[in-house]
Parts: sequence; C-alpha cells; structure tokens
Amino acid sequence: MALTQADIKRIAHLARIEVNDQEADETITKLTGILGLIEQMQAIDTNDITPMSHSQDAVQRLRPDVVTKTNLREAFQKNAPLLGNGSNEQAIANGLYLVPKVIE
Amino acid sequence: MINSSLKSLSTALQAKTISSVELTQEYLNRIHQFNPTINAYITLDEAKTLAQAQAADARIAAGSADALTGIPFAQKDIFCAKGWVTTCGSKMLANFVAPYDADVISQFDAAGAVNLGKTNMDEFAMGSSNETSFFGGVKNPWDFSRVPGGSSGGSAAAVAARLCAAATGTDTGGSIRQPASLCGFTGLKPTYGLVSRYGMIAFASSLDQAGPMAKSAEDCALMMNVMAGFDERDSTSVNHPKEDYSRDLKQSLKGLKIGLPREYFAEGLDTSVAKVIEAAIEQYKKLGAEIIDISLPNTSLSIPVYYVLAPAEASSNLSRYDGVRFGHRAAQYDDLMDMYMKSRAEGFGAEVKRRILIGTYVLSAGYYDAYYLKAQQIRRLIAQDFTDAFKKCDVIMGPAAPSTAFKIGEKTDDPVAMYLQDIYTISTNLAGLPGMSIPAGFVMSEDGKDLPAGLQIIGNYFDEARMLNVAHQYQQVTDWHMKMPVMPEGKQ
Repeated sequence: MALTQADIKRIAHLARIEVNDQEADETITKLTGILGLIEQMQAIDTNDITPMSHSQDAVQRLRPDVVTKTNLREAFQKNAPLLGNGSNEQAIANGLYLVPKVIE
Repeated sequence: MINSSLKSLSTALQAKTISSVELTQEYLNRIHQFNPTINAYITLDEAKTLAQAQAADARIAAGSADALTGIPFAQKDIFCAKGWVTTCGSKMLANFVAPYDADVISQFDAAGAVNLGKTNMDEFAMGSSNETSFFGGVKNPWDFSRVPGGSSGGSAAAVAARLCAAATGTDTGGSIRQPASLCGFTGLKPTYGLVSRYGMIAFASSLDQAGPMAKSAEDCALMMNVMAGFDERDSTSVNHPKEDYSRDLKQSLKGLKIGLPREYFAEGLDTSVAKVIEAAIEQYKKLGAEIIDISLPNTSLSIPVYYVLAPAEASSNLSRYDGVRFGHRAAQYDDLMDMYMKSRAEGFGAEVKRRILIGTYVLSAGYYDAYYLKAQQIRRLIAQDFTDAFKKCDVIMGPAAPSTAFKIGEKTDDPVAMYLQDIYTISTNLAGLPGMSIPAGFVMSEDGKDLPAGLQIIGNYFDEARMLNVAHQYQQVTDWHMKMPVMPEGKQ
C-alpha cells in the first residue's frame, strides 16, 4: 500500500511526534517497505483462531487492595526536565510539575 | 583471570587468592584500555563499583559469600539501577538518574555481585546492530569494522572482549541470542515471565525478557540462579518454583532428541554458517543425540507478526515520554501540544520514531482487525508449531542468526534487511519459549578475519536446566566458547 505525506503527518500527529515535510517524505519509503513486509500476513486464513496476547495465556493476577508503594515524590522530581523557553529551572513547583497552561 | 569461569572466579575469591577489589580493578583497567575504541559501556562510576567490591570483600571475609559475591558484571543500560544514569541508549533519557533498582539489579546486589557499569544498546532495544544508540555504535571485538549485533550490543562486546566477567541482556526478538552469535559467547533468553521485568525499561511488554550473557552455559546457569524468580511487582511474572539451573549440567545426552526445523536451513541462511551448524549437529550425534526432522511452517510469518505486535506495544509503552515529568523536554515550545511534539521529535532517534509510527498506524481506527488482531491470531499459529514440534523432540536446534557479523553501516538504510537478522530468533519470543545461542565455530570473512557463529538451542517452556545441560555437554567436548578475540592494543 502506498502512503502519502499526508498519511505520515496524520500518524505522526497521533503519535505526538513533530515531522516536517522533508522528514515525512524520507519516512514514506521506509514505512512502505515495512508495511509491505507486514502485508504478508493477509495471505493467511485466520478464521476461528483465538488471538494470542500472552504466550502462556495467563490472566491478569489480582492483588489485595493495600498500599504497596511509598511516597518517592522528591526522588522522582529530581528527574524533572528543565522548564525550557529560556528558563534553566526544573519544571517543578511546590511538588507539582509545570506545563504550559491548557485551561484559561 | 579474564578467561576464567564464574565458578573458578568464585573459588579464587573465596580462597582469597584474589580480592574482589583486585579483580574489579583488573576489569576497570581493561575497560580503560579498550572501551574508548569498542564503546561497550555508556556509563561507568568507579567509586560506586569499587565500593561494591569492597563490600563484597568484607562479605567474603565474614564467610557469608554466595556463588557470585565479588564478581564484576556489566549491566545493560535498560535496567534501572538506583543512583546510576540509566539511558536505554536514548537521548530521551540521557540525564535520567534511576530512583530505584530493577529487580534484576536488586538480585545481583543481594548476591553481592559488583556492577562494573551500564552497557551500550540500540535505542530502547530497537535494533539488531547497536547502531541506533544515541551514544554511538559498538565495535565487534572480533573485527572492529563490524557490528556486535543488537540490541544488547554493548553487553555482547563487553563479554567477548572480556571487559566483564559476564553481563545481562534483554531479548524481545533476539537481542541476546543474535549478538551472542555475532560475538561468540553463550546467551540465554529464558521462558517469558521467568525473570522479572520490574525496572527494565519497556519496549514490547508481551515479548521482553531478560537473561544472562556469559562465556559458558555453566556461567549462564549460575546467573539464572540469581536472576530468575517470581516478582509480584511485574504483572506477567510467572509464579514458578525456584530452581537450581546447574543441577542437570552433567547429565548425559544419550537419547536426547534434537529437532532440526527444515525452515531454519532454507534460503536466507549463509552457506558457511550452515556448515558450522551442521558440524555442531555432528558433534551432538557423537554425544549420543538422535536427530529428528521437524517443521515450523509459519517461521517466515514471525517477522511480519513481530513488526505489528512489537511496534504496537512500543507505541503504547513509549507514550510516557512526553517531556512532562522526566526525560527530554524541548528547549523551545509554544503550547502543551507543541511541547509534546517537539520533545518527542528531538528525544527519539529515527528507528524508534519509525516503530512508534508503525505501531500507531496498525492500532489506528479502522486498521486494528487487519493488523493487530490478525498478528495475534498468527502468533498462536506460530506457538502451535512449536507445541507440535515438542511432541517429537526434546530441544530444537538451528542457527541463531542468518550470517556472521556484518559491516558497520551495511544495513542502516534498509530497515527490512536489518529486521531479517532476527528470522531465527523472533518466533521463540512470540511463543514465549526459552532460546539460547552458543559458540559453534568460526567463518573466515572476505577480508580474512575469523568471525564467530552461534548454534541456537530452543527448549520447551521452563526447560532451561535441560537446555543448559545440552549446551554444557557440547562445551565439554569443544572449546569454541573459550576463544578470545585478538584485539588491537587500544589506549594504553
């Protein structure tokens, strides 16, 4: 199947990865090659075959509803990224993470 | 000491003929000498490493040493190790200091092992040559113009070049076994769920499995004793009783039924590698094994199935890298959406982006049934092939990789050619079966270098002890696994 630049940009937007026109064009050939490989599956009749999501068909294990994690907020926030847009401060304040305003 | 088995290192440490600090220092010296060229390690932290060695010496002196106490290991940089920069080979995590230990790291720590450093790898374990690492490629110690395989390429080169006593790796589609074949050592991917995935950075969660990379089957068995075990923090960890993986090493192979899948010897296998594998099979016949012709008819479908399932799972797993709480955030952005888009565009390399795009595409509205569901159905057919085969044989053997190590840059522009490197390994990940690669001989390259080739051994679920026995008996009558590359002197 042939992908277009618009397809690549749509998929990239869904994946939240910025691509410019040139990158999208370079991606077309490689993605088309990979999808061509994947198309080999369509020759196989898979009617009535139960999909296999886990190699031993195990089911999700349940656990008692008890607290198992300790609060490691300070340790985790040491890895916070820099705020960006000219600031070399970490993107944290009062134990919260800072992101651009989304609600007016 | 550098070519000694883990067992003899352990004996020497406990007899105090060498201290852990001395042994660790010997490896650090080799790392200083060769790592600037080979690039097997991304992160070293000698103060931490030597502190662990000192603690190990104290433990040995106190008489409470375990089998691996004081032995220096290399850890793939996919495992979170508290206080260590843990990058997963990506710019995205270039500054990430792990706030906790992966279960694998905890197990080695509890055993008193020494962590020599974090090894290079393909970015997020996506690759078969280590060339997708943000921290640069890794050189194959047998020929510096060639790749070590991947994704566990740094661990592979470190084991082959004797820059560690042994190493850990992870295998989602062949990332322990293919580099083991290309670098000439013993690597085991255990049954899915046997080793905890806790703290192991996720790529494709239904396929990811950690395992040992070492000189011999005996070494792998000792490492499995430490690595394997139920962990409730991993939702797919298997509650399987603890085993001693060394227990059957000495068993005779008389009457062992070895299945040879026709499809593993068909078109696509390098003829000189085929000769190495055939010679190894002859050796097994001498050890008393019986050879059985089997078929795994859906082998060729394993690559298309994998390149739906693994990217689909990866696109979901890697959605966490959004520049908000950890990892790379773009330096300049307009709004929240722009921050996500730019942070991910800058933080991920080309191959990771390709796989995220493929995964996003196959999971997108209208395509789910045609791709993801279809792939899961064929996955069952592939697993069923193995179930049928194991009714006729005890283990399956074949090549681990279709060729010996290829040149750096040879396949970087052709993802599909790179993906075919894993044709013999991927189906065992899809089925969740254990597989290993052991050194089986050498092939002379066109430029006159001896390059190793590996024999793959595939076992039934939880049959690792038998596979290790099968490998160990071969290693008692051959010495391929003891061969070391002759490397240029490196930095003195």
